[in-house]
Amino acid sequence: MRLRQTCSQPRQTPTFASLLTHSPLLIALPICLLLATGFVVVGVYTERKVSAFMQDRLGPMEVGKWGLLQLFADLLKLLQKEDIVPRAADRKLFLLAPAVIFASVFAGYAVLPLTPDFQASGAAVGIFYLMAILSFDVVGILMAGWASNNKYSLFGAIRSVAQMVSYEIPLGLTILCAVLVGQTLNLQELSFQQGIYSSQTNYLFGLKATGIDVSDWGGIFTWNILRNPFLLFVYVIFFICTLAESNRAPFDLPEGESEIVSGFQTEYSGMRWALLFLSEYAMMLLVSFLGAILFLGSWNTPLPNIGPVRLADWTSGEPGTVWGNVTGAFWLFGKAFLAVLVQMWVRWTLPRIRIDQMMYLCWKVLTPAGLVLLLISAVWRLLMV
Amino acid sequence: MNQFNTFLASFKNLTTAGYLFYGLGLITLISAISVVTAKNPIHSVLALIFTFFCLTGHYMLLNAQFLAIVNIIVYAGAIMVLFLFAIMFLNLKEEDEEAKTNVTKMAAVIVGGVLMVLLLSIFNYAPVGTYNPASFDAKTGLVERLGIVLYSDYILPFELASILFLVAMVGAVMLGKREAGDPHF
Repeated sequence: MRLRQTCSQPRQTPTFASLLTHSPLLIALPICLLLATGFVVVGVYTERKVSAFMQDRLGPMEVGKWGLLQLFADLLKLLQKEDIVPRAADRKLFLLAPAVIFASVFAGYAVLPLTPDFQASGAAVGIFYLMAILSFDVVGILMAGWASNNKYSLFGAIRSVAQMVSYEIPLGLTILCAVLVGQTLNLQELSFQQGIYSSQTNYLFGLKATGIDVSDWGGIFTWNILRNPFLLFVYVIFFICTLAESNRAPFDLPEGESEIVSGFQTEYSGMRWALLFLSEYAMMLLVSFLGAILFLGSWNTPLPNIGPVRLADWTSGEPGTVWGNVTGAFWLFGKAFLAVLVQMWVRWTLPRIRIDQMMYLCWKVLTPAGLVLLLISAVWRLLMV
Repeated sequence: MNQFNTFLASFKNLTTAGYLFYGLGLITLISAISVVTAKNPIHSVLALIFTFFCLTGHYMLLNAQFLAIVNIIVYAGAIMVLFLFAIMFLNLKEEDEEAKTNVTKMAAVIVGGVLMVLLLSIFNYAPVGTYNPASFDAKTGLVERLGIVLYSDYILPFELASILFLVAMVGAVMLGKREAGDPHF
């Protein structure tokens, strides 16, 4: 709401936009919950079909047309399963842990700008809050691993925590690179900067010295990866770190089946296990959204205006209008799903790395690279103004 | 009774932030007490994490958004996870009852009591800062203001502290560095 006043033209149709902005909590909570749970349905089906395609199989084919109802059959099975709590487990913590994990991932959705008018919380510390709440995930995982009172669970939890705490450092450095270019912690402000509705002037590659004003071109030319071309490398590091943060292959050591059964999830069954699964997919989607917002132009269209062919104007409506929100959501979701597809591609291509390789990659490759790129981004920012 | 009535009257006139403060304060106190009373050290640490979360809420009420988030990252996130690790590895479960001898209990009561008396007397005499609602800057405590102050008035200590952290991080990497003869990755 505050942003709309500073960043763009006055709103045109107040009805739809005001619904999104005036009662953010009432609207945002069900929307984000639906998004996170709905994504599991889409994500699991996609993952199965993608992995099947990559391994020259067919994937689920039996339940419904093209196996579309497979996940619902699985959900029915999970619902009927007994919710087992081991006798020697710490009952209260064991039951609470999946809820803590899901809550900490889900709380991250609060600061995501899903469309030009929709952001559940316009907190000034947006991205910083997101990092804090994501790091809280490890407490839930430790709770789950310790409360299970099982060696494999505890090993899995410890591995997971070591991995997540380590990868937060390069992740933080990469996020800082993008924040340096945008000069704000609020994700909605970062989004506005990367398109035709920006209040600032954007130059080609962000360099003022070129004198080529691309504010009107919009499209991919105003995305952060072109406002500072080095951010493309930063995005690669960011992507690797987010794979580790969401415990996805090749960083799935915490649930390495061949070594420690399935890590901190070993003792969970039924709906509680489903909640852990839901958290993993919600995390995948959250980090994909974050990558799209920070580097890939957020809800802005990739198509630029070329002379009289106003592709950017045609494919992105004005903020405040229904069309603006529909196109914004379309582009952001499209980018996020592409990132999710790449996550799946990586998972079914690369073998799991060893724990020493995981630590080596984080501390001796990604962290120094992140520091160098941070320096370059800072210098680039000086050239932008 | 009269005092209670005035308290009740002032309670009815509170703003939303006031109610939030009292609610949050109550939860904070309960979780802080359960840190001390919990039998299991892991439960105690988890209660401490929850207490830090409540403190973050208090920072939010004070409009200190940056401080609030740093409190989660540093205390509830990093330091408390280290605590949990240490306690899990030590496996205090069997011997924690033996550690609580009467001498340690007495010492703890005396130290805690002295600290409480000290704090109470300090807050009794210390001047509490006031503000003028008309001229109050709503951006106080937000990250921009903090950045301006840090990079102008406190630039030297700030930079020294950041160099210290960088040196610590590089030192940790150096300690873990492969030496001649170690296996290759």
